[in-house]
Amino acid sequence: MDALDWSGLVALGVAAGIAGGLVGVGGGVLLVPALVVFADQSQLGAEATSLVAIVLVSSVGTVRQRGYGNVRLRDGLIVGALSPLGVLLGVGLANSVPERALELSFAGVQLLFAWQLAKKAGLR
Amino acid sequence: MSSRSWRKPPARPAAHRSRALRLAAIATGAGAFSGLFGVGGGTIIVPLLVLWLGYEQKEATGTSLTAIIVIGSLAAATQAIYGNVDFWLGVAVGVPGVAGVVAGTALQQRLSERAVAGAFVVLLIGSAAVLVF
Repeated sequence: MDALDWSGLVALGVAAGIAGGLVGVGGGVLLVPALVVFADQSQLGAEATSLVAIVLVSSVGTVRQRGYGNVRLRDGLIVGALSPLGVLLGVGLANSVPERALELSFAGVQLLFAWQLAKKAGLR
Repeated sequence: MSSRSWRKPPARPAAHRSRALRLAAIATGAGAFSGLFGVGGGTIIVPLLVLWLGYEQKEATGTSLTAIIVIGSLAAATQAIYGNVDFWLGVAVGVPGVAGVVAGTALQQRLSERAVAGAFVVLLIGSAAVLVF
């Protein structure tokens, strides 16, 4: 890896962290492509490796947000601890439903959420 | 189109059990998304905490990060067993990420709940577009 690759990784790492702080996501959506493009990882390797960064970002993010009074620790831990149920469901779905159908239906769910959140926040 | 048919009634103090069930449903949805598309469940957790449990937007983002620690750790441990994790490369990109999250959380405190909701709406639309194209 040369200096350009490192700069790309650092820039996208910072961007992923800022996204995590602002909107509460782990940043995988930026980290995975960054690792594929700049660190020459396979898609699977990038997804796996990005998890290390996601754990670091979400840990420090939680500590900061707790300081700002924005964390309900118990609820967050419950959601995290029960998530393996969903992972099993997801893997089962991935093996039985065409990928394109899954992508399109999930995109639909996200647009529905976007519309409802915008409405609730009085953005429209 | 009438929005009445699928819009939830105003938030009421939910019974304890139904609240637990909602948290379990959010966990399942977040886990399923991680299992399907390989990235975390933040885009599921944040909207559902706001829409189902009456969270403020900032509270939802902070609590989502807590859930992601657990989800990410479990997934990382599983992937490590299969030898797919390049630990030090993950740390190398995670350290700038930590700097970013410190800045991002500080910036969020200067924004209104409404602005944070707006940023999240943009993220959801962007993420949906990535899935479709």
